[in-house]
Amino acid sequence: MFDVQKVRADFPILTQKVNGKPLVYFDNGATSQKPQVVIDAISKYYSEINANIHRGVHTLSQLATDAYEVSRNTIQNHLNAKHNHEIIFTSGTTFGINLVANGFASLLKAGDEVMVSALEHHSNIVPWQFLCEKTGAKLVVIPINEKGELILSEFDNLLSEKTKIVTVNHISNALGTVNPIEYIIKKAHGVGAAVLIDGAQATPHLRPDVQALDCDFYVFSGHKVCGPTGVGILYGKEEWLRKLPPYQGGGEMIAEVTFEKTTYADLPHKFEAGTPNIEGGIVLGTAIDYMNEIGFENIAAYEQELLDYGTKRLQEIEGLTIYGTSENKASVISFNIDGIHPYDIGTIIDKLGIAVRTGHHCAQPIMNFFNIPGTIRASFAFYNTKEEIDIFVEAVKKAKMMLS
Amino acid sequence: MTIKEIQEEIVDEFSMFDDWMQRYEYIIELGKSLPLIDEQYKVEDNIIKGCQSKVWVHGEEKDGKIIFTADSDAILTKGIIAILIRAFSNQSPKDILDANTDFIDEIGLKEHLSPTRANGLVSMIKQIKMYALAFQAKQ
Repeated sequence: MFDVQKVRADFPILTQKVNGKPLVYFDNGATSQKPQVVIDAISKYYSEINANIHRGVHTLSQLATDAYEVSRNTIQNHLNAKHNHEIIFTSGTTFGINLVANGFASLLKAGDEVMVSALEHHSNIVPWQFLCEKTGAKLVVIPINEKGELILSEFDNLLSEKTKIVTVNHISNALGTVNPIEYIIKKAHGVGAAVLIDGAQATPHLRPDVQALDCDFYVFSGHKVCGPTGVGILYGKEEWLRKLPPYQGGGEMIAEVTFEKTTYADLPHKFEAGTPNIEGGIVLGTAIDYMNEIGFENIAAYEQELLDYGTKRLQEIEGLTIYGTSENKASVISFNIDGIHPYDIGTIIDKLGIAVRTGHHCAQPIMNFFNIPGTIRASFAFYNTKEEIDIFVEAVKKAKMMLS
Repeated sequence: MTIKEIQEEIVDEFSMFDDWMQRYEYIIELGKSLPLIDEQYKVEDNIIKGCQSKVWVHGEEKDGKIIFTADSDAILTKGIIAILIRAFSNQSPKDILDANTDFIDEIGLKEHLSPTRANGLVSMIKQIKMYALAFQAKQ
């Protein structure tokens, strides 16, 4: 039985006061808060087993290496990847996308096409623009409709033999739309294109099965799934990871180095040059274990309740428009109030202890589509409550009164 | 009045309020009284992009003094601009260059001038000083 009060007790930060008011943290899309087990695991790593990994024969190095590799297996199981060497530790989603985009430079030629969607975060646009500049490939964009959903008929039309890679997010950070990635992956494979899924916003809400999805790459960040910042995961199918060249050179990623020639280490180390974020890698495993203990079915069901309740309550406010009205949505509500700048509302409700994101959410093409400077985005996590939504709605009403 | 005297006057006005809501309501009021930039100057060149709210600022020399007009798409930002313009407009380039913005701290709005606050105000102060520097060079 899911008990939100019990869950909240796991998160020490939730008892904080901000500007003299109890914290209402609705900026989970930007980063999640950390449960005590994660905070303890960070401290435990540095107190008990800190050493460099994959190098030393001494005991501490072995312990640290074991813990790091156990975490890799945890993440393999979590994603249902076929092999543990398909799990590459990165510094986060952005790094994972850049690694793949950079690797594709050796596989593309002028005239090829790279397909992104109009719903992407800048970090799933810009690396592909670099790739296109480098190779002469063309960037093709899947458009969206007024509900903030990808227009699949347009996707079908844009897809061709020229398409070499399709890269879309699983869930939109700005609007919360859950994209039909199963369809996109299947169709893209039909023309021989690879598919990268940006799972940064999906992994806090659901457990992706990369084999069932059959995606070629899946990337996400640790800090959005209750883990530490500065660590993330790139899942890649073995055949693809073998095909791509290394991204960075350095220690750990080599088999043999002479001044004439260097041979690379096998997967996953080929992509893990230099000393990694050891603590982050280990503790990401702790965070994933924690979330699985709560259970993603529980998380999804509870967050749906929060989304429905929050949507209903916000709609009481006159002049309020919600952007992103797909039926298939994560617990994200992006909105504006007529005639009021999102920055003003964000600033006022911050004074009332409420943390939301305001602005373009690093997704300017979406804002341009709706012809708005930005939105106020409330993104709920499984540790939020309906009472917090009530406080939030009252705060927005107060801000509206002050500002209009 | 000198910049310093105006700043003291503003600090004095704000000392009457005892909570943030009254202060913010006053800022919103001030925002409505901001001497607005002429539409012809509301162009890409005069825009200061602050990520979240946009700020336009324009300076004109008149009898050795600089007159500033400005605008923003966010009302709180507009209010703070109005405060800054009240302090810096109609002053000589030298006085503008010598002045600081410490009084903003005293009226409890320091956080709005933090370089990490993506509202364009920090760049706006830089722009005001740039105008002063440019007009001083011409004099």
